[in-house]
Amino acid sequence: MDQVELTRSPIDVGRVLSGISDPECGAQVLFLGTVRGVEDGERIEYLEYEAYEEMAREELFRLCQRLRARWPEIRKVAIVHRLGRVGVGEAAVLIALSAPHREGTFPALAYAVKELKETVPIWKKEVGEKGARWKPAK
Amino acid sequence: MKVKVLLFADLREVAGQGELALELPEGSTVGGMLRAIEGIYPALAGRLPQVKVAVGRRLAGPEAVIRPGEEVALLPPVGGG
Repeated sequence: MDQVELTRSPIDVGRVLSGISDPECGAQVLFLGTVRGVEDGERIEYLEYEAYEEMAREELFRLCQRLRARWPEIRKVAIVHRLGRVGVGEAAVLIALSAPHREGTFPALAYAVKELKETVPIWKKEVGEKGARWKPAK
Repeated sequence: MKVKVLLFADLREVAGQGELALELPEGSTVGGMLRAIEGIYPALAGRLPQVKVAVGRRLAGPEAVIRPGEEVALLPPVGGG
């Protein structure tokens, strides 16, 4: 079961984690990406996210399929990404998955984070004391 | 044929609009469309080499043919997360 969500509201981590719980699973791993308040010495005020929403949802579901193809032991996957303005310290993205055992879950999670940043049509504008700029994935 | 092209992020800001309405010959390819955009919207031209194109919400190469009514989007380098 894959849960994919683009939202303009704060991410409720507890709710997402209960969504991936499974009586056959002994491992839940999650990555929470939060907004850094400093970038290359510059004070950051907030990030502004924009998405090609329909395609981003489809790409996120495709990412879930690739995860399951490589790590078939994965039971549940949840990916939540914020849109619009996200303040310093707030969570911008949550990726969580569950599996019977922890083996494989950490590489699967790292793969999911990398693929999300590189393949999903979501853009981030960084607004700091020196101005605003669109920041592609490194 | 009329083709609606969605713009995002810096492309949207540079163009000052979220979509372009193009008139292209039937059978136009993605590459042909990009050349047309270069001519009509010179402000976007310098950014097009970094842009990926989605047709029907899937990435499409320069040889892909655009069919009437398909949703086309220009995707600048992504940066979620």
